[in-house]
Amino acid sequence: MSVPLEHDYIGFSPPPAEDTSMEKTGDIKPISALTMNMKATELRLGLPGSHSPQRDDNGSPELCIALPSSKSSVSRPKRGFSFAIHGGSGNWVFSSPDTNFSSPRNNPSAVANSESGQDGGLPNQSSPAAPEKKNGQAAGPASKAQVVGWPPIRSFRKNTMASHPSPKNSDVVEGGDHHPQSGGSASSSSVCLYVKVSMDGAPYLRKIDLKTYGGYKDLSLALENMFSCFTIGQCGSHGVGVGDGVSESRLVDILHGSEYVLTYEDKDGDWMLVGDVPWKMFIDSCTRLRIMKSSDAIGLAPRAFEKVQKQ
Amino acid sequence: MDLTPKQSIPAAESTRFPDEVLERVLTLLKSPKDRNAVSLVCKDWYTADSWSRRHVFIGNCYSVSPEIVARRFPRIRSVTLKGKPRFSDFNLVPDNWGADVHSWLLVFASGSPFLEELRLKRMRVTDGSLEFLALNFPNFRALSLLSCDGFSTSGLATVATHCKNLIELDIQENGIEDLSGEWLSCFPDNFSTLEVLNFSNLITDVNTEVLERLVSRCRSLKVLKLNRSSSLDCLHRLLTSAPQLTELGVGSFSQELTPQQHAELKHAFGFCKNLTVLSGFWDATALNLSAVYPACSGLSFLNLSYTALQSQELASLLPHCPCLRRLWVLDSVGDRGLEAVGANCPSLEEIRVFPTDPFDEDMLHTVTESGIVAVSQGCPKLHYILYFCRQMTNAAVATVVRNCPDFTHFRLCIMNPGQPDHTTNQPMDEAFGAVVKTCKKLKRLSISGLLTDLTFKYIGEYAKNLEALSVAFAGSSDLGMQYVMEGCSKLKKLEIRDCPFGNAALLSGLERYESMRSLWMSACNVTVDGCKALARQMPRLNVEVMKEEGSDDCKADKVYVYRTVAGPRRDAPPSVLTFSSL
Repeated sequence: MSVPLEHDYIGFSPPPAEDTSMEKTGDIKPISALTMNMKATELRLGLPGSHSPQRDDNGSPELCIALPSSKSSVSRPKRGFSFAIHGGSGNWVFSSPDTNFSSPRNNPSAVANSESGQDGGLPNQSSPAAPEKKNGQAAGPASKAQVVGWPPIRSFRKNTMASHPSPKNSDVVEGGDHHPQSGGSASSSSVCLYVKVSMDGAPYLRKIDLKTYGGYKDLSLALENMFSCFTIGQCGSHGVGVGDGVSESRLVDILHGSEYVLTYEDKDGDWMLVGDVPWKMFIDSCTRLRIMKSSDAIGLAPRAFEKVQKQ
Repeated sequence: MDLTPKQSIPAAESTRFPDEVLERVLTLLKSPKDRNAVSLVCKDWYTADSWSRRHVFIGNCYSVSPEIVARRFPRIRSVTLKGKPRFSDFNLVPDNWGADVHSWLLVFASGSPFLEELRLKRMRVTDGSLEFLALNFPNFRALSLLSCDGFSTSGLATVATHCKNLIELDIQENGIEDLSGEWLSCFPDNFSTLEVLNFSNLITDVNTEVLERLVSRCRSLKVLKLNRSSSLDCLHRLLTSAPQLTELGVGSFSQELTPQQHAELKHAFGFCKNLTVLSGFWDATALNLSAVYPACSGLSFLNLSYTALQSQELASLLPHCPCLRRLWVLDSVGDRGLEAVGANCPSLEEIRVFPTDPFDEDMLHTVTESGIVAVSQGCPKLHYILYFCRQMTNAAVATVVRNCPDFTHFRLCIMNPGQPDHTTNQPMDEAFGAVVKTCKKLKRLSISGLLTDLTFKYIGEYAKNLEALSVAFAGSSDLGMQYVMEGCSKLKKLEIRDCPFGNAALLSGLERYESMRSLWMSACNVTVDGCKALARQMPRLNVEVMKEEGSDDCKADKVYVYRTVAGPRRDAPPSVLTFSSL
């Protein structure tokens, strides 16, 4: 089966034992989401891969949007895309915390240096993984993300590249094709990339600029902030005990701990699961987002899997 | 055998020139080093040099005071000043550290109001200073700000408004507060002297009509570097009215063009027969890039480092640039792109490869050891390299310097700190050993990867012409730094971060620091006591320690040592401790 191994955009951190070692050869490649989670994509009711230990432990319902995630990765507390009231136990892992050099101290300085010419809405971070650090997540002790001022690149260059990330990846453009500069093409236009975000059950939609996010993590946090008000009421007081008029499908979801999935409509009009493809490919093809009830997401994952296979 | 004074007087008189003649002769000497040497010959020559010196270069603004400079060179016209330590570019220096230009301007205004040119690097410049400059120096004509901070576009507006004779306005890579593009509209309607205009740093739009009128008025304009928000239509019109340009920075190159527009733009580029430098190109698409081909035949420097080109796009562009001597690209071009460089650029002397995404874990964009080897095979004249990569081998570096033994600047950044040779898992000591053994002319070296003291032993033993060394995450003990301090007699700048060098290492350089511009050590094992000991023994050094919040009292987190004739500086912020024996 032709599962692409080399592109993994949902980072699965290696098992904890390996985390603390300094990367010598730079091959901390998170395990491919797709190879890991063929099973995950087969899951119907739940969400791919949402057997997280925390879920099992605390048992209390959390509204979480889940992406394929490995068991081992979830054991590290991370802020993922989670509406959990209890917070903190995200079950989306977009990237291994150990493999980047985001410099959180760079960011405040960058602001202080008033590089304020950048787009207003742009988080002043030069790396997609930086927000991971800013949220103070408990990354491994040897996390290289804490290295300030490394690699030695001037702020001007970092900010220039960060605000207009290259969307081109070798899969798509290698032939030197001219690709259209439509609004959806994140590649070389400096226009914003606003897409509508709807959430099932919410009374109104939101619009977000995909260009302002560095990666899935940024996006998940932003959506969480935006939509948490809608989930609080629903999360309610469903305890471990079920059966008080809770529907069966909901029951399953609650036990699995995630009630919603994040999906997007791509240029072909298909609804896909967010998180399968490289970020850059994602913003290139995403035309709208929908936070879907997981019960409605049955059957979505296998399609997503097929689609990726075609690429 | 010395001549006695009696014997030497006739000789001196017979060769004595009138002062004016001597001064006239000396003005023909341009190099600061030559002028410095001349001033040491005798008192007369010292005086002649002082009166005739027009340009002074000050590599560290705190090594001397503005009063001393103004007193010695009363007729100075052009000043180049560098301020903060280089690591301030990477946010390692607090914002309020110093290097404010204002005190210099005050002194010059009273002593040398004929100042014409000011070039600043890593200095703090406020809008107030820019206004002072614009109002107090009637002959002012050239302003260049590189990597400075503290000013806004309002400051630029005052310069444009009041400097009637402005020839050069060069604003690069600064921490500028970009309020609006109005500053460009502040040039008077009859203003036409501009020869250099570089506003590529700025984000906000300028009025394109104003820009076009300005460019068509300034017939001597040679250098024009637009900012990112400049459109291709505007560029087309500018090219048509200014075909005399020698250096051009285009804006964003991503606009979608109709075939007609594309043809017109290409045609306009064809007018520009004098272009030697091309830069800008934010977000260039392959198709749009082909519009510049007609202008590339005489190109010597091509800066594509703001656009993530793919290998094929670069390979299509390079054959049009047969005279290329300097090339800057992003690592998105990959090893295949670098092979194209090796195949198409036989005259290449300098290559810089920057990372598209420094924090990219997916490694979608990367160059490896193969890329740099490919370039070295095709470009034997290579003498300057800056290379950001994620893997390297000792063998590859050895091959590169064997192919190109004339390196003067070798800056290799393996982005993962402490990473060994990925095929042998050995340290990268032999790589840099090969560099220093082979490249006798090496002046600047930046090292990275897993490195033991052996690397430094090699450097101390072989790099006899080394002037600047940059070290990070390397070394095993104090010996490392000691090797360098003892062996590199021409060393001028040493910057070290995150290395296990302590007080013994710091003090091993006692003999060296007065002949160096500066030393930077951060996140090493130096203590405050070590710094005090250094300061006590060397009265003409300023030893500054930057303390970080919450660190031990005895630790010297960041140390900056520099020679000075001006004594300890008085404008240091509270977080900077200055130790001096004075």
